[in-house]
Amino acid sequence: MATLKELAAQKEKFVGGHRACAGCGATIVARQVLMAAQQPVVVGAATGCLEVISTIYPYTAWNVPYVHNAFENVAATMSGVEAAYKALKRKGKIDKDLRFIAFGGDGGTYDIGLQSLSGMIERRNRVLYVCYNNEAYMNTGIQRSSATPTGANTTTSPAGKVLPGKLQARKNLTEIIIAHEPAYAAQATIGYWNDLVTKVRKALDADGPSFINVYSPCRLGWGYAPEKTVQITKLAVESCVWPCYEYENGKYRITVKPKEKKPIDEFLKMQVRFGHLFKMKDPKLIQEFQAEVDRIWERLLKRAES
Amino acid sequence: MIVVARTGNEAMAEAMRQINPDVVAAYPITPATEVVQLFASFVADGLVTTEFVPAESEHSALSACVGASAAGARVMTSTSSQGLALMHEILYIAGGMRLPIVICLVNRALSSPINIHCDHSDSLGSRDSGWLQIFTENTQEAYDTTIIAVKAAEEALLPAMVTTDGFIISHSMERVEMLDDKDVPIFLGERKVINSVLNIDKPLSFGSLDLQDYFFEHKRSQIEAMNTCLPIIEKAHKEFGDKFGRYYPIVDEYKMDDAEVAILCLGSTGGTAKVAVEKMRAQGKKVGVIRPRVYRPFPKDQLLKALAKVKAVAILDRAETMSGQGGHLYNDVRAILYDAKSHPLIKNYVYGLGGRDISIEELESIYDEMFAIQKSGKVDKDIVYFGVRGE
Repeated sequence: MATLKELAAQKEKFVGGHRACAGCGATIVARQVLMAAQQPVVVGAATGCLEVISTIYPYTAWNVPYVHNAFENVAATMSGVEAAYKALKRKGKIDKDLRFIAFGGDGGTYDIGLQSLSGMIERRNRVLYVCYNNEAYMNTGIQRSSATPTGANTTTSPAGKVLPGKLQARKNLTEIIIAHEPAYAAQATIGYWNDLVTKVRKALDADGPSFINVYSPCRLGWGYAPEKTVQITKLAVESCVWPCYEYENGKYRITVKPKEKKPIDEFLKMQVRFGHLFKMKDPKLIQEFQAEVDRIWERLLKRAES
Repeated sequence: MIVVARTGNEAMAEAMRQINPDVVAAYPITPATEVVQLFASFVADGLVTTEFVPAESEHSALSACVGASAAGARVMTSTSSQGLALMHEILYIAGGMRLPIVICLVNRALSSPINIHCDHSDSLGSRDSGWLQIFTENTQEAYDTTIIAVKAAEEALLPAMVTTDGFIISHSMERVEMLDDKDVPIFLGERKVINSVLNIDKPLSFGSLDLQDYFFEHKRSQIEAMNTCLPIIEKAHKEFGDKFGRYYPIVDEYKMDDAEVAILCLGSTGGTAKVAVEKMRAQGKKVGVIRPRVYRPFPKDQLLKALAKVKAVAILDRAETMSGQGGHLYNDVRAILYDAKSHPLIKNYVYGLGGRDISIEELESIYDEMFAIQKSGKVDKDIVYFGVRGE
């Protein structure tokens, strides 16, 4: 278990001065993940907010080697970096023990980069893939992705006169990844920093591909005051909208169990993207969202028991 | 040196085996599949020490090549047609990042209609992506050029594609003189790496966001690298020739010294045209072939020198620009002729799309038309679609 004191004493690997919005979740993800790493790491990023705000030439926020290629291919790119590492190590050109981390947003992971990620895991490239999941295409201005939850108002699933925001439920990417049987997979979020740090360390120690889906609020896209970023993630976990769990050696484990499962209303009400749902006469969409959260939570409880 | 019988694909795969790249990331596609599968068998038999990444698409294959090359590895792949089209986005990124990746490209028509046979729509569709492009005429040349391209690419810090014509070369068995296994690594040496994403003692950011204040300077430096790399390519060819005795020019001229008319073409058609030349010269007709091997960067000076020797030139294009202006070669040649001192009469023959064969007799008929043009001093129709029913 990491202590804050221990983490705070480290040299920063992802530094300030970048161009992220106040209250950006993605940058907290990057910082916490890199703080957790106990081995030297090489980082790759998919095109997206994190990439755009951190590397405007001639500046960089990364104090570790970093490579960006395109939007949909960070998993393949890091597969190549890892392959080169193995080849060059075999030839004695590198003697250090390195780890590899790929960062992608939900657009670059759930949608356009899913094939590339699937390939990376199936090939067993030893890379930790971290999805900073803010549930929409935030970099291009808040468009729906397959991670966007039911009812959310985005610019391509707008709440209009006849349509109430996104009609479809979120894709469960973590389960899709688990179906690949990676060496390690987990869901986490920044409000539970110690949970995230522990998971990153496990993932980097695992002898194979690993994946962590990190809930990462976007204050612009979700519509809340920037100082609420961490608080919102805690509510997401307490209401089971975002369960923190892991999959290791064929077993599920819920790592953060809410003392009392809250209804999703409080979580939804904090965010402008769901505001229209509470003005509607028919609460059907909220009920559907709640039912989906309950169903997945119950299923997870069962899986964690067995 | 050993003499073997190999298809174009086998010869390119053998060259890759002898090069023994650090990383090969690839995906199968007809007619390039054999290059990938033969290489996989070399990995399985322990004949190479390469880390092989069997990607789940061509897009991922080239993406992995970019990562591996940025990590300082010597990297190769192979593809064709739709595969190159799927790589298209990443071609530009490899070029912009100045990563000397080498693609063994087997030319095949792009869909639609779907077709698996040779034309140059795939490679020529990527001509502006910042890659060196070398077209080969036969299996021997494909083998040699694959090795030469690694050296040229690494010295120029530019990625390179070496092409053969799908099926015509890729699947035809020819006599090949192979180098000794030990000589290829000695010829190539180690890749000189300036910066690597694996250097944790010097953490650099590769592939940064480059906005209005720097993008143009970076792009300009890439353009300069492309503009000035022909001598580097020439040097790599010369070093190969000096060591192994086979010399290749940037622009192959065949019987051009006293030729009156010529055919200008890419790839395997050059070989067929040379046979036509022999036949016609036996009848006293002075004809020649101009075959640019290096297509990107475009060898303006070498081509102008060759073009100045004749009165009429048939420019054969195995692809179309869909611009109303004919094929790629035709457009490029017309552009360099604008400020040339002497202008041969030129006519564009778009031919062989989707692998339609072009015969020696057909090439002879094109030479005959060139003689008629030379005589009349005018080109009645500047772009024709050769061998198409209903034309």
